[in-house]
Amino acid sequence: MNPGVNPQLVNPPVATAFFFYLLAGIMIIGGIAVITRKNAVHSALALIATLLAQAGLYLMLYAPFVAGVQIILYAGGIMVLFLFVIMLINIERTMKERQFNKQWLVGIAAAAALGALFIAVYTKGKSLFPIGRVPLNEGNNTQAIGNMLYGQYMFPFEIASLLLLVAIIGAVVMAKKRI
Amino acid sequence: MHDLINYIESYLGSDKTPGVAGNIFWATVYILLVFVGLSVAVIAMNWLERKILAHMQVRLGPMRVGPHGLLQPIADAIKLLLKEDIIPAEADKLVFLIAPMIVVLAAFTVFVVVPFGPTHAITDMNIGILFMLGVSSLSVLGIVTAGWASNSHYPLIGALRSSAQMVSYEIAMGLAVVSVIMMTSLNDSGTGTLSMIGIVRAQQAQGVWYIFKFFPLGFIGFVMFAIAMVAETNRAPFDLPEAESELTAGFHTEYSGFRWSLFFLAEYSAMIAVSSIAVTLWLGGWLRPFPNLLHGDTWDLVISLVPGLTFCALGAITFYNVARMPKHPLFRIQTAGLAGFGAVLGLIGLVMFIPIVRNTIQDIFWFSAKVAGSMYLYIWYRGTFPRYRFDQLMKVGWKVLLPIGFALLILTAVVGMRAEVWDQVVIPLWHWLLSIVGLK
Repeated sequence: MNPGVNPQLVNPPVATAFFFYLLAGIMIIGGIAVITRKNAVHSALALIATLLAQAGLYLMLYAPFVAGVQIILYAGGIMVLFLFVIMLINIERTMKERQFNKQWLVGIAAAAALGALFIAVYTKGKSLFPIGRVPLNEGNNTQAIGNMLYGQYMFPFEIASLLLLVAIIGAVVMAKKRI
Repeated sequence: MHDLINYIESYLGSDKTPGVAGNIFWATVYILLVFVGLSVAVIAMNWLERKILAHMQVRLGPMRVGPHGLLQPIADAIKLLLKEDIIPAEADKLVFLIAPMIVVLAAFTVFVVVPFGPTHAITDMNIGILFMLGVSSLSVLGIVTAGWASNSHYPLIGALRSSAQMVSYEIAMGLAVVSVIMMTSLNDSGTGTLSMIGIVRAQQAQGVWYIFKFFPLGFIGFVMFAIAMVAETNRAPFDLPEAESELTAGFHTEYSGFRWSLFFLAEYSAMIAVSSIAVTLWLGGWLRPFPNLLHGDTWDLVISLVPGLTFCALGAITFYNVARMPKHPLFRIQTAGLAGFGAVLGLIGLVMFIPIVRNTIQDIFWFSAKVAGSMYLYIWYRGTFPRYRFDQLMKVGWKVLLPIGFALLILTAVVGMRAEVWDQVVIPLWHWLLSIVGLK
């Protein structure tokens, strides 16, 4: 018997429409703020809000492990390094620089293509995707991920870690003048 | 109305935490209790730290406000709340205001999963320890933005130091935690757990606190965590982000009054939070000492009396100090106040002897006692170690703790799976070697 797993989790569902719209709203507002703020630190803070709301969406999908990793890696790790670099930038100079380049034609084309895709999914979604509820596996989500990563998907997992190792060696080679 | 009472009563006698049972009323009660308890603990810690540091340095410490300075934290709080709240003219106002709130929110939110007892936690999460590490790592965002928004040199340097330091020591911390999580997987199902309650249950099932598991591996992990948690909470000897001799006050130089006290509150509750991680992971959480060696009805009774006896002893110490107060008429009120404080302590002790209270309070008492021991460690560090230089700090983090952490991880895995390693690696290798040499 696994000590951490409670077999009878009978919570009222948190995955309600209200929470979805709340989190999605935060994400969209945060995303817009990221690209419209002139001050890079404000952009980074908006991005953190977006990432945290995304963690909330993962929780709604009953994937607590992914949500936890999202917080610990993106909001707590990567964004801190972002801020670390951004803080040293001269803000007065970036304020004067042009924020958007004038490629609105390409932008409109890309946005229209994405919009068309969304509309297509919305109208034809019922025939494209199967209807039905995925069995919620909140109680031992982490254990399931662990078993999969170190069992069925061992090889891809190790390949990914090798890729990271190559990246680290590359960074060392670039940073050190003499090795 | 009747439904409401039924709803409230339905949780009583449950063996789950209110969050897992989905009872909103009791969850709210627990949240309020934890909040109040935490605030009291921070106040007590404030007084204790100044007193203990003073006694370590052969001083008296606060003695003026109240008997033995007992009312000093309250006087400080009033002073801080009445102080003028200054926002520097060149500061980034919005970020300057948000930063202390981020720090406080991160420091308080982690207590959602801290297990004070098998049912005495607000909730139990499948990702408990991951949640604690993740949310407590968010507090660095508050520190960094506070330093940047002040638009001044000392805070900026403090913020840079803080972010570099916390990101570095998070890795050492994580490695120590992972070695414990591997230990929890030594059961029939073969998978461990990240749930805080599950980790303590695993220690109970294996009959050993993880600090003593695979000695000295568990102990090394605990020491690594004890070092990393001091760096993670920016406390001496790793308090470079607020090194007052170099940076006046580091990242909170420009803060005053209420906002400064938020940073103070967050620092102390973050200390309590990481201490409770250490207690949960290595020191058996709410488990009482020697549950297997000293079991049986008699021992259960004796050990269940310890909380009451502790508080009675504290009351007795207070009365001893009442007797030692100066006999001058000017000290009459102070003596009476101290006697009242001792009486309250003794009364709490007596209440803890009542069987129903005794059984409910026991696990909370052991958990808090262990956390208090860990908090004493913090004060002790601060009183005895000189501050590190920044390059030394980085060297300890990356060149000492990180390799030790990896070695610990591998050794824990090998020792944990020693039967499998012996059967499937060592013995085939031995036969292969024999066949090469030609003995077989």
